[in-house]
Amino acid sequence: MLTIKNLHAKIEDNEILKGLNLEVNAGEVHAIMGPNGSGKSTLASVLAGREEFEVTEGEITYQGKNLLELEPEERAREGVFLAFQYPVEIPGVSTINFMKTAVNQVRESRGQEPLDAVSFLSMMKEKMKLVEIDQSLLNRSLNEGFSGGEKKRNEIFQMAMLEPKLAILDETDSGLDIDALRIVANGVNKLRTKNNAIIVVTHYQRLLEYIVPDFVHVLYKGKIVKSGTKELALELEAKGYDWIKDQVAVV
Amino acid sequence: MSQSVELKNSTQEILSKITLEGTIRNQAREALGSLGLPASKNEEYKFAPVTRILEKNFNLSNFTVESSKVTDISSFAINYLDAHVLVMINGSFNKSLSSYDDRELKIELLNQESGKLGTLADYKTDALVAWNTAAWSAAIRLVVAENITVKKPVIIHQIIDTTNQEIKCFNRVLIEVGKSSELTVVEKLDTIGNQHNGFSNVVTEAFIEPNAELNYVSLQTDSSRRYHFSQTSIWQARDSRANCFTLTMDGKFIRNNLQVILDGEGCESHLLGLYLVQGDTLVDNHTVVDHKKANSFSNELYKGIVDDNARGVFNGKIFVRPNAQKTNAFQSNRNILLSDKATVNTKPQLEIWADDVKCSHGCTTGQLDEEALFYLRARGIGEDTARAMMLYAFAGEVIESLKSETIKSYIDSLISERLHKNF
Ligand SMILES: Nc1ncnc2c1ncn2[C@@H]1O[C@H](COP(=O)(O)OP(=O)(O)OP(=O)(O)O)[C@@H](O)[C@H]1O
Ligand SMILES: [Mg+2]
Repeated sequence: MLTIKNLHAKIEDNEILKGLNLEVNAGEVHAIMGPNGSGKSTLASVLAGREEFEVTEGEITYQGKNLLELEPEERAREGVFLAFQYPVEIPGVSTINFMKTAVNQVRESRGQEPLDAVSFLSMMKEKMKLVEIDQSLLNRSLNEGFSGGEKKRNEIFQMAMLEPKLAILDETDSGLDIDALRIVANGVNKLRTKNNAIIVVTHYQRLLEYIVPDFVHVLYKGKIVKSGTKELALELEAKGYDWIKDQVAVV
Repeated sequence: MSQSVELKNSTQEILSKITLEGTIRNQAREALGSLGLPASKNEEYKFAPVTRILEKNFNLSNFTVESSKVTDISSFAINYLDAHVLVMINGSFNKSLSSYDDRELKIELLNQESGKLGTLADYKTDALVAWNTAAWSAAIRLVVAENITVKKPVIIHQIIDTTNQEIKCFNRVLIEVGKSSELTVVEKLDTIGNQHNGFSNVVTEAFIEPNAELNYVSLQTDSSRRYHFSQTSIWQARDSRANCFTLTMDGKFIRNNLQVILDGEGCESHLLGLYLVQGDTLVDNHTVVDHKKANSFSNELYKGIVDDNARGVFNGKIFVRPNAQKTNAFQSNRNILLSDKATVNTKPQLEIWADDVKCSHGCTTGQLDEEALFYLRARGIGEDTARAMMLYAFAGEVIESLKSETIKSYIDSLISERLHKNF
């Protein structure tokens, strides 16, 4: 589904990604871990099409297409979804109106009729249940004054509405208490099928007990320096990153 | 040096053309003579060099106005608004295009000084107010008795017809809302012809008696050759409410002075403004909120979206006089610049002489939030729609509290069209 080859990306004059390789197939869950500042969010932003990051080398193929040629909205319409590490607040735009526009523009790009108000509402009700989010929150300005947990839940709600093929969850678990974490993870698991793939960026093994990954990667200084199965996450939790940094230094 | 001589000259020229007489007119004439039209260094007109602009674009030695031959102004009407319609064209009242009755309020047409006219708008400090006060040709007086809620709004079309000649006109409006009464007035700028430049100078004075309410809406959306000066002075007695809204979307030069005097306890004033300007429009909103008595509340919100070479100016003065304890006064001016050449100059000026008050002010000017734009696009929303959504949300806050649904939806349609709303 997604193939990243030798990806280099910079912002201003700092090279952040320095030759990253990754292969993700349909039905798989990949976890990406790594110390602060190693480039995890940068990778997520590049995948979503953020223009501030300049790709200087390498390629990204998504479902046979050159992902780098697509505008952010085209990527979303092709099924790429990024749950932001820091969702932005947009005063005056309610989640409901915004989602209605988003869902219908995505449908339009696929040649589908826009949803009428009734079908949209019933779809929304169903997805709200999935992430246990309250309608009053969705009537309010997007993320404005939301708690950290509410923002993250709203991201997963949007994911549920858009039913992406490739979802990238950037630290969706950070700052959540255990109940909120369980709700978010359950929501994600219910959206898991053999046709879609999920990349979860996280610092904590705790999430991976709920969303069990097929692969775990360590991103360090702009490269994936180690890959393994879910046991790698346990090892990282126990030992930290120093042993990996040492290995990289030796090489 | 040579410039100040020129300024003197155009002031002299203007004075020599004013022939009308009256106690206040004569005083105003004198004031204009001693003030002179604002010089380029005048702090109040720093970003709106009105004298230079008028000298450059108008013939100030000829003020003759031919009457308009227009017979249909239906295109200027606000859809579905059932209103008392008053039509001013080129500085005189047009009876045949107007339609109103005086069951709910008294509507009078004046061409001479009378009653409170000229007693509120300060012609001693502002030369443009002095000019109007000396030279006005027609006035509309609206009087609401006590305990009457006037159901139909009054709409005053301030029309200029520039089909055949350049127009300069001077009108007045006098509004008196009696105790515990309510009135809505809409002043709307409209232009016919648009073949020549047009300058209108309109002074509006409003007196709101105890417990009464005035909703005052000013719509400036007409023509790129309009030069407009307005002074709106509102006096509030105790427990009264003033809700002002000013929308500017077009015009070459628009200068609005809005002054609200809270001269009693328990007053509430809302000053809302929205300017969505493009091309080379210059819009300058100068507001004064003058708290003279205790326990009153004022809230001011002006927002601007400025594109192309357009310029926006906001100057907001708040005075809290020594007696005005427990005043709550808030002010905010927010701007979005859509092009590199667009500019905004904003200046809050708070002068507070009382010690037990709550006042706040804030101003921001910036670009559209790129992060937010990316967020919307990352959900599949096209860039144009995402932009429109954000701008519409930004502008929408200002119209939210408009009381009349008909006026609100009319304004909403103007804004939606300007911002290319397609969602
Ligand atoms: N806009 C920017 N300008 C300059 N440098 C940036 C910018 N954004 C990110 N960086 C730098 O890029 C590097 C990688 O940042 P990134 O956000 O991708 O890290 P991360 O792995 O997601 O970290 P964390 O675990 O803290 O979220 C950091 O050194 C960061 O300071
Ligand atoms: Mg990050």
